[in-house]
Amino acid sequence: MPLTPIRLGYLPLIDAAPLIVAQELGFASEEGLSLDLIRLNSWAQSRDMLGAGLIEAAHMLAPMPVAQAMGLGPALPPSDLVMVLSQGGQAIAVSPELAEALRLGGHDFAFSDAMAAGRALRAAVNKPLRIGVPFLFSTQHELVRHWLHHSGFGDDISVVTVPPPNMAEAMAAGEVDLFCVGEPWASFAVENGIASLILPGIAIWAAPPEKGLVLNHAFVEGQPDLTGRLMRAIWRAGRWLDMPEHRGSAAEILSRPEYLKLPSELAERGLTGRMMVSPMGEMRDVPGFIAFNAGSASYPWRSLAAFFADRIARRHGRDPAEAMRRAMAVYRTDLYRQHLREAGAELPGASARLEGALATDLHVPAERGQMILRRDAFFDGTTFEPPFAI
Amino acid sequence: MEKRLSIIVIEEDALRAETIVDGLREAGDHDIRVLAEVAGLARHIAEFHPDIVLIDLANPSRDMLEDLALASSPTERPVAMFVDRSDEGLTRAAIEAGISAYVVDGLRQDRIKPVLDAAIARFHMFQRMRAELAATRAALEERKLIDRAKAILMKARDIDEEAAYALLRKTAMDQGKRMGDIAQQLVMAAGLLSCR
Repeated sequence: MPLTPIRLGYLPLIDAAPLIVAQELGFASEEGLSLDLIRLNSWAQSRDMLGAGLIEAAHMLAPMPVAQAMGLGPALPPSDLVMVLSQGGQAIAVSPELAEALRLGGHDFAFSDAMAAGRALRAAVNKPLRIGVPFLFSTQHELVRHWLHHSGFGDDISVVTVPPPNMAEAMAAGEVDLFCVGEPWASFAVENGIASLILPGIAIWAAPPEKGLVLNHAFVEGQPDLTGRLMRAIWRAGRWLDMPEHRGSAAEILSRPEYLKLPSELAERGLTGRMMVSPMGEMRDVPGFIAFNAGSASYPWRSLAAFFADRIARRHGRDPAEAMRRAMAVYRTDLYRQHLREAGAELPGASARLEGALATDLHVPAERGQMILRRDAFFDGTTFEPPFAI
Repeated sequence: MEKRLSIIVIEEDALRAETIVDGLREAGDHDIRVLAEVAGLARHIAEFHPDIVLIDLANPSRDMLEDLALASSPTERPVAMFVDRSDEGLTRAAIEAGISAYVVDGLRQDRIKPVLDAAIARFHMFQRMRAELAATRAALEERKLIDRAKAILMKARDIDEEAAYALLRKTAMDQGKRMGDIAQQLVMAAGLLSCR
């Protein structure tokens, strides 16, 4: 039987792995699909092409459909996030000047303790801090703001958008002092002697949802069969990716010229959690640096949508309650249940939860049997309670 | 009389920029500025106060522009906003043509539409021009290849030009291939054989 083609937009990052692996290792063809993977240049392009129906699905920053649901963006048809593609995978980098000031202050670049790193940064910085993030509505933006806010920074920071492949360049040009970006672009900057890494995203928030699979609302409602097949192919690719022995092969596949077009050694750092944190070659092991499915990582908790909506609403002068209501409706836990149940995905009993509440991994009852929920604490103990009544 | 619209066109390719600007001028009396690169974009926008910014949909700097359009705090007037949200059809047509337009909040639809329509037409026109140019170049390349293949055949088999051409054409027909492909194979093979 001929395969059904699906056009999928992605940006060159290690967290595009589930899409690329789904196609390359045949998880897509097992579902009768052929993924036409289209490499894009910007998040805005991804959103616009999806909206205009030029692609059927997109690899998108998890807060993007939230912003779209809040009306922050162009007039495009509504879209839904049907599953989370990755958790973590980000790193925060500092300029050589900042790195030197941090070392002079005695910071050890342990790359694990956000409290200590925040304190060291606060002590080392005596002028306004310029920060690069890949997009206004991104997990990176939320992570870095959260960390700096709880490390004693106030209005003395400014945030600018820089496309991930250009982060190193922006830092080399002296345009940013610090940036937060998805791999391999932090490692790329280290490799080029331009930056030192101070923290992985998971040191700030243990389970930050990073990318999501986003489709047009009309498509998921009108084509439930295709939607389900696509979700299952990508979910199985994520399960394959979560086996540690596969991460090296995944780095090889991703690094091919048609995808990331970089030495595979760079993609391997993030995928294996073995990070080089400075141009001097200091290595740090970061277990769980990026997760795809493990510990309910791919489940699109509606409370995550509410969390992003609350933060974005406050910054843009919108009503948080209304923003949360709209955002929670586009994280489709119902479709996740419907389409991934038969594939064997573990299904939590609820659709929303108290975010940041788990200081350790926790065994909880699932729809069938038990499942493990991964630790999701914020470094400062923040918890977020969504409006459960919705 | 209404104030002239100020428009920034962000476009690296000089020919394409010119094509777009010509179209915009035909659509009305506007104050148009072309930026070849995104460096210093924030400064240019602050100085020029554009009503509309036009940029290629696939420009890698799009996300920086989103930032300028949306990052302003609730108390500031936004620098620019997206295409008027009331017209989904126009937004879609622009995306399909490969353009993105950022429009200052509050600009009336009847002032935006002619500009966007002109830009959309010009984007399509340029796409056609580029496709034609590529086709012309390919044809030229193919003719060169065929000429070289003919010369090789004439020398190797001691035949005249007409016979060489006929031989190439017959081979192409027999194999169900294009003459250009046969010529390329022959030129490549001859290159390999002549290597010492």
